[in-house]
Amino acid sequence: MRRLFGRFGLRTTVLAYLALLVIVPVGAIAYRAFAPGLGTAWHDLANPSGASSAGFFHALILTLVVAGIAVPFNAVFGVIAALVLARHRFPGARLLDAVIDLPVAVSPVVVGLSLVLVYGRAGWFGGWLAARGIQVIFSIPGIVMGSAFVSIPYVARAVLPVLQEIGTDQEQAAATLGAGPWQIFWRVTLPSIRWGLAYGVTLTTARVLGEFGALSVLAGNVVGHTQTLTLYVGYLFEGNLDTVGADVGAVILAVLALCVLAVVSLAGSEKGSPSWLSRFARSPRSSRTSSLSTTSL
Amino acid sequence: MAETTLLEAPSATGASTAPRWRASARHAVGVVAPGTAVIYLSLLVLIPLAALSVTAFHGGSSAFWAAVRDPESWAALKLTLLSALVVVVLNTIAGTAIAWVLVRDQFVGKRLVSSLVDLPFALPTIVAGLTLLTLYGPDSPFHLDAAGTRFGVWIALAFVTLPFSVRAVQPVLAALEREAEEAASSLGAGSPTVFRRIVLPSLAPAMLSGAMLAFARAMGEYGSLLFISGDRPFSTEVASLRIFGLYENGQNNEAAAVSLALLSLSLVVLLLCGVLRRRLTRPEFG
Repeated sequence: MRRLFGRFGLRTTVLAYLALLVIVPVGAIAYRAFAPGLGTAWHDLANPSGASSAGFFHALILTLVVAGIAVPFNAVFGVIAALVLARHRFPGARLLDAVIDLPVAVSPVVVGLSLVLVYGRAGWFGGWLAARGIQVIFSIPGIVMGSAFVSIPYVARAVLPVLQEIGTDQEQAAATLGAGPWQIFWRVTLPSIRWGLAYGVTLTTARVLGEFGALSVLAGNVVGHTQTLTLYVGYLFEGNLDTVGADVGAVILAVLALCVLAVVSLAGSEKGSPSWLSRFARSPRSSRTSSLSTTSL
Repeated sequence: MAETTLLEAPSATGASTAPRWRASARHAVGVVAPGTAVIYLSLLVLIPLAALSVTAFHGGSSAFWAAVRDPESWAALKLTLLSALVVVVLNTIAGTAIAWVLVRDQFVGKRLVSSLVDLPFALPTIVAGLTLLTLYGPDSPFHLDAAGTRFGVWIALAFVTLPFSVRAVQPVLAALEREAEEAASSLGAGSPTVFRRIVLPSLAPAMLSGAMLAFARAMGEYGSLLFISGDRPFSTEVASLRIFGLYENGQNNEAAAVSLALLSLSLVVLLLCGVLRRRLTRPEFG
């Protein structure tokens, strides 16, 4: 009897905690955004008072452009880094392993500031870049770099365990049959890591679409120029311009996040893992542990 | 005999041409691939962080300490560390309980609840901040106004760090053998004893892994805190908000100093946790 009560008590407590922290807040904002009706919500978003009517659509397009550049860059880097760590032995491999996880321990604001100190007008490379007429900070390249910085670890961390699991038998077989390195990569390695890569790319996309802190330092928040969707929502809300518009923008971003979750949990159920995040909280027993603890990711 | 020669012939001729070509190609890949990775990481992460460190010490170490010991920055750093620790301890307990219910309990809608746990990770931080302000701000439907208080800071940090605490423990708990627990309870151990003596030691390293991820996240959090914290100096202004304020004022050197202090603080705590975790996972003999 006590056991039965204990079980139901725990379940109720846990569900109540989750409800108060996660479920109710997300439901509340969706309700607030759409309570006046869908048409009003859309109108508010496209024509917020004070901001240019093109602001929202420009922000949406800029977000997609930034994701379209940053995600492929990080995907290629992630696959290379995972291949290097899984297949090659070289001095500094452990350091590379640790540095890949470093962005997770760096505050987004610090990410933005560090990039400004290198690529800004007064930064280390600022003079060189300015002499060639290249503007990085307060412009699209800076936004892309900030987004790429914060989302570096995900592809590498999703692909690395898969590479270690499949081993090199098939690659060696392909090599004995006369395949070159490129052929082996396209025909053997890439098909076997495709699920891990898909996980990593989805996570990277989610992170890039949602980045805010680094971009508020890097973008300069010029309406209709360097404002991504997250910055646009923050700007509408902070300036108290149009809270309904901000809510609708927030709901659109939340729906994007839910799509990411749906894709990932569908792919995840196939692999039998409770969640993709588990892959990142790898236990030290099952993985190459490095001297730096940040590699716990 | 004929078979052996047939089989050996191609490999004998191949030994003089193909492997050498293959070896040089592999050598090229072995140099180019790590090189590309290192250059990418350097341009994006290492050089900027080096610039941050150099700028932090722009006026010498005395300037660095002056910037860090500035009363407002010092209060922000203290608040950040304290809040991160409070929230991580709370969420490690809550996260383990949630993982327990998701693994051992059966109820309708469990899969949905399980996937909702990931939501705070996927949700943009600014949206998280807005939603929490809607619910726990001045217009709170529960009349629970936490905006501008430390309680508000803790709610936001608890929200964004929850997935790490749950997901680190869940797979380890799912893989745990039930035999030891059954043996212990058949020998007369009550469920608290079974949990403390059998389950907890196996979960401890995973709980610590989750706590480390949550801590790293909590130390640097910005977007979700922006609105609900109210950004009040000496009260709810966390380090990332303070750094942003300094940067907006054009005080880049001071901002870099506080950034470096924040980064070092989290790396030191993570390093200590890593050492502790290795001791916890060390196999016991005898």
